[in-house]
Parts: sequence; structure tokens; C-alpha cells
Amino acid sequence: MNHLDEQRLIEYAGGDAGNAVAIERHLRECDGCRENYEALRRVLEAARALPVPEPDAGYEARLWHRLGPQLEPRKVYLDWREWFSMRRLAPAGAVAVLVLAAFLAGRFWPRPTGSGQSAGGGQTESLSHLPQVRERILLVAVGDHLDRAQSILLEISNAEPGAAPGKEVDISREQQRAEDLLAANRLYRQTAQRTGDAPVADVLGELEPLLLEIANSPTKVSAADFEGLRRRIEASGLLLKVRILDSTVHEREKAHAAAQPQHSS
Amino acid sequence: MTRMADTDAAQVALVLGGDPDAFRVLVERHGRRLFRLAYRMTGNEHDAEEIVQDAFLRAYRRLDRFEARSNFGTWLYRICANCALDLMRRQRADQTRREPAPRDDDPDASDPLEAAASADPGPERLVLSAELGAGVRAAMNSLSATERAAFLLRHVEGFSIEEIARSLGLNTGATKNSVFRAVQKLRRHLDPLVSAAR
Repeated sequence: MNHLDEQRLIEYAGGDAGNAVAIERHLRECDGCRENYEALRRVLEAARALPVPEPDAGYEARLWHRLGPQLEPRKVYLDWREWFSMRRLAPAGAVAVLVLAAFLAGRFWPRPTGSGQSAGGGQTESLSHLPQVRERILLVAVGDHLDRAQSILLEISNAEPGAAPGKEVDISREQQRAEDLLAANRLYRQTAQRTGDAPVADVLGELEPLLLEIANSPTKVSAADFEGLRRRIEASGLLLKVRILDSTVHEREKAHAAAQPQHSS
Repeated sequence: MTRMADTDAAQVALVLGGDPDAFRVLVERHGRRLFRLAYRMTGNEHDAEEIVQDAFLRAYRRLDRFEARSNFGTWLYRICANCALDLMRRQRADQTRREPAPRDDDPDASDPLEAAASADPGPERLVLSAELGAGVRAAMNSLSATERAAFLLRHVEGFSIEEIARSLGLNTGATKNSVFRAVQKLRRHLDPLVSAAR
């Protein structure tokens, strides 16, 4: 086995090395590498020995005393008036109202039963296209959502590269938009999973952690961190996947629109 | 471990159900651990307390985005690391603007590392001479905020590279590089000192 370079020794010290057994054997046999590893271990020990003062017994009470008054009581989401309040729905836009309406209609609308079908064929006929209507509304909403997500990804991907190394990049705008999209993304993903729409669920599932990271990042990130985010988007191919799905969703929505008049006639 | 996670998830559900007092349990359960992380990142008690408060506040406001299947403590830790990064970057930017004397030159007697140098070391711990203590402090200050966060989360807090990458918004390659650069810088500063202290 070749001598161990610093990168491998650091990985080994952190438990990240894949071939730990071979490294251990080499360390037993090679004085030079063993000394180098021991020196590394001593440096890590010294850094870990950074003493941390233990807060006093009243720390938690003090923390809560300062924190408690700043916590606004949360609204319980099962309050339907809250669901439909403009403040809550504003970020997702009017489209979300349609989605929720479609979702709730699909879920709670009285479905024709076997006896109902025999007793009232006309009603069954009028309700039979509801799933298609619901799916079409959902497709419109998902398409709109994908457009918005695509624009965030594009802005980050096309941002001017090469900011000075020490400089920070303000991503507060993207952060706000990512925050706005998160709740809708989760709702659409869960709906797609429930209805077995794997292509939509998969892409939204990949999009969600990224939106979460952007939303949870500091408002200003270093040029290196921003570049890292940009490269990650590029490497994942997420922008292309979102674009393809967006186009597919629009096609499906058009197909539904074309099919509906024939259905109702 | 699972039991603790279940309990955290139950508290989160209570808070989301409209009971802000349930959040107090989470504050009491995780406050000290967050304080330790914040202190390690900033080296300052006052800053650490501010960071912990900010982290809990941010977590409360974003609680509806917490995935129930995730570990609440890890999620909270990530938020805390980001709050600390925010503060450190702000402070470094302020420092650059004002160009004050570097913190290293401040002969503050209450410096935790110097205090530790004179305290009795634990049986497993390296004995920190005053010189070594100052060396560790200088070495930690030579790291960028990201390097410091990546190093502390990996080699002190024991987070995986993937968890750190998610926390800091980096890919795993960039995270490994940050840890690597941090260790290299620490070794440049500390190798001669730890050898002398043996």
C-alpha cells in the first residue's frame, strides 16, 4: 500500500475512510505514516479540547423568559376560515385556492354509490367527469408552480459567476420565493404520491430539499457557498428535469382541456 | 434515541396544534447542546446566547417546514449553525469596515482557552499550556466561517459529511474540501505546539 496522504488520514480520523482495515494495517507497518497520523490526532484533540463554559442552572429559564414573549401563537390549520384567509393564501396565489377547492371537492364531494347509480343515472353522469376536472386544475397549478421553481433555479444558475472570493452574495430574494413555494411543493408532492403520479412526485421530491436549503440558508452567502449551490443544481440536472416535467404537465393539461368538451357534450 | 425523537416529534405536533408552551420542552431539551455549538463557533458566551435564542426563534417560525420523519435535534442544529455563520460573517464584515485591532491582540483575561490552560485537564484531555491555548485560538480564528463550521460539525460534533453539506448548502465535495482545508490550517498552526507539549 502507498503511503497515506493527508486527505486519507483526515478521512480515517473522522471515520469516513472506506478502506479502514487496510489503512489500519498500513499504520501498524509504516512508522512515517503512523507518526503523521499521531500528529494529526493530537491536533484534533487540541481543537476538541476547546473548553466550553457550562451555562448556569437558570439558563433554560432565562432563555425561555426571553424567547416566550416573541413566539406568536400558531393558528391551528384545521380552522377552515384560516385556510381560506387571503393572508395565508396570498403567497401561493389564487391558483392554490383552486387546488384546495379541487382537492376538497374530490375528497368530500358525495360520490355516486351503487344504489345511487341505479336510482339517479343523470346525477352520476353529471359527476362522472369530476376527476378529470380536478386533475386538470391540479395540472394547471403544478405547471404554474414548476414555472416559478424554474425561475428560481435559473436565476441561481445564471447568476454572474466569479464574485470576489471574500464577497457575499445576497440571496434574500430567492430565499423569500423558495419559502413561498415550499408549502405548495409539499402539497403537490403528497397529492402526486397519493394519486400514483410518480414523474411529478419524483421531481417535486428532488426539488423540495433544495427549496428547503435555499429557504434555510443565511440571507447572504459567501461567493464560494453560492458557487457550491450553483454547481449542485447543475450537477443534479434538476433544472432540466423541472423543465421537462413542466412541458409534460402543460401537454397533459392541454390534452385534458381538449378532452373535456367532448366529454360534457 | 428513537424514544427521544418520538417525544420531540410529539412536542412539535403540539406546537403546530397551537400550543406555544409545548415549545418550552424543546428549548429545555436542546438549549445547552445548541449553546455548546454556538460557543465553539464564536468563542463568546454572549454571542452564543444570542445565537441560541435566534435559532429557536427561527425554528419556531419555520416549524411547519420540519419534516416529521427527520431528527428534530439535527434540524435545530443546522439552523443554529446557520445563525452562528450569519453572526460571524456580520462580525467579520463589521471588523473589516472598522479595521479594529484583531481579537487575537485583546489580552482578555477571561478568554476561555487561557482559563482552561490553568485549569486541571480531564484525564482524557490534552493538557493545554498557555502557549498551546493561544495557538488553538489563533488557529481557529484563521479559519473562514464555513471552514470553522464544517470542521466543528465533523470533528467535534460528529455530523456526517452529508448532514454538514445539507446544513451549509454545499455539495459533499465542497464540504470535504472545507473540512480538509480547516484541518490543514490547524495543523500548520498547531503541529509544532502539540509536538512540544507532548
